[in-house]
Amino acid sequence: MGNVFLIAEQKDGNIKRVSLEILSELNRQGVTTTAVVPGFGDLAKVTESLVKHGAAKVVVLEHEVLNEYTTEAYAKALHTYLVGQNPSVIITGATSHGKDFLPRLAAKFGAGIAADCVSFQFSGERVSVRKPIYAGKCSKIVDFTTGPAVFSVRPNVLATQEANKSGTVEKVAANPGTVRAKVMSTVASQVKKVELTEADIIISGGRSLKSADNFKILNDCAATVGAAVGASRAAVDAGYAPHDMQVGQTGKTVSPKLYIACGISGAIQHLAGMRTSKVIVAINKDPEAPIFQKTDYGIVGDLFEVVPLLTEELKKLKSQS
Amino acid sequence: MTIIVLIKQVPDTETKVRITADKKGIETNDIKWVINPYDEFAIEEGLKTKERLKEGTVTVVTVGPARTVEALRTAVAMGADNAIHVKEEGTLDTYLVSKALAEVCKKENGQIIFTGKQAIDDDQAATFAYVAELLDYPSATVIVKCDISADKTKATLEQEADSGAKNIIETSLPAVIGVNKGINTPRYASLPGIMKAKKKEIKTYTLNDLGLGAETARAIDSDYQLPPERAAGKKLSGDIPTQVKELVRLLREEAKVI
Repeated sequence: MGNVFLIAEQKDGNIKRVSLEILSELNRQGVTTTAVVPGFGDLAKVTESLVKHGAAKVVVLEHEVLNEYTTEAYAKALHTYLVGQNPSVIITGATSHGKDFLPRLAAKFGAGIAADCVSFQFSGERVSVRKPIYAGKCSKIVDFTTGPAVFSVRPNVLATQEANKSGTVEKVAANPGTVRAKVMSTVASQVKKVELTEADIIISGGRSLKSADNFKILNDCAATVGAAVGASRAAVDAGYAPHDMQVGQTGKTVSPKLYIACGISGAIQHLAGMRTSKVIVAINKDPEAPIFQKTDYGIVGDLFEVVPLLTEELKKLKSQS
Repeated sequence: MTIIVLIKQVPDTETKVRITADKKGIETNDIKWVINPYDEFAIEEGLKTKERLKEGTVTVVTVGPARTVEALRTAVAMGADNAIHVKEEGTLDTYLVSKALAEVCKKENGQIIFTGKQAIDDDQAATFAYVAELLDYPSATVIVKCDISADKTKATLEQEADSGAKNIIETSLPAVIGVNKGINTPRYASLPGIMKAKKKEIKTYTLNDLGLGAETARAIDSDYQLPPERAAGKKLSGDIPTQVKELVRLLREEAKVI
């Protein structure tokens, strides 16, 4: 099946889980994979977990410039290395970085690209991917005519699984080229937030929250279980939450294990963004709200009464375990 | 200074998707076509940039079948100076669209290229960077603030990063900038704008005109499917404290997600 490469992603020496998810699936399909990880410094933990999850070979693309992510340096360093390896397939996680550098890398190869896929299937020399479109209102298969096939895979969709195999680790001095778009500084959020697209649990609020301040009750509840807090478009448009919290067709598409929708009626464009969540809970005053058609568990009630009680119950659960 | 805005025409977000019999696309009969919402922010940012710089032109470009000219006319009605249509009725993918857009950007000598961070139909979020690479320009996406320096050689950008963080990015120009919701509030088309747009001559190219006659899409779609319907679950009963206790028990013991 030619030369298959996973571009693994790490931050501060910790591997991103989606890299291991993709690698585990490749291993399940019997695909021999080289994991390429750009970075600098002590990456022993990263290379070890890549081998453990089935990488036949791990290549560390090493350069000081790659310590911090920039689009141009990642694309350039990866292309310089990969072009000599005759790649037939290049895969990465559909994280914010993955989605950013992969099209540039694909363009360097003049390759077709499919972003944010939920499954892939190797058969002989070919790979087909399935990719949701219209924020998940439907999905399609994408095949690639001339190689390499380049695609990214959505986090939280594939299961991780350790492989009982050995692999080699190699360091290669990378060529990051010249970076013209430089990150000068980063301002962290005042509240410590869990990234929506990678969260296991999400608690979202709609316009019924009535104000930005009231999102505090969702934040309190989220804090008990390490959840991320999301919002509907109506809440964002009303100015109750910033756009980076928006779930739906004009926001983020998420697939957590548990999605709790509070005071969200369930507009088609919101449902599209969260329908692949494993378990969906709705809390809504209106028993006729369309959201109840899509939920596993529903509570008909005022979120201002229900959510604080839920926070208390979750706290109790935490203290028991 | 030439400001270029790359736009796409997409089905409105309220569209209920139905799949064609051959499963190679969606039924387009009853669709209301709109400018991709993120591209509307890009158009507005183009117009605002021109106003701040007090010079330059804003040129909107799209690639697609005959109907997509309407998206260009809407952009002209909002205030764009020029519009270019790469007319193509055949199969398109990120590769082919980016090739065409990059050729137009070269012809027009675009110095700042704005586009939406993604289109809400195929959710690829790839065109901005693909075009940038073909032009060998720097790129940055998910941008919520854009300041062009007085000498017009660089831009300072605010990028939404993971977990609510923001990156401040400085880039040389020319560059391709993918904008996010929140960067501005797109203006409505004015009545004189709409009149102007009706009469506006739109420059049209074919792929052949751009030297891309022999090129074809490299990612081919098939087997469109609707997601499985979620069965409606159970509404809990009892007073609210009882329901909440029951919910936590079910999430723990039945669904095993907490």
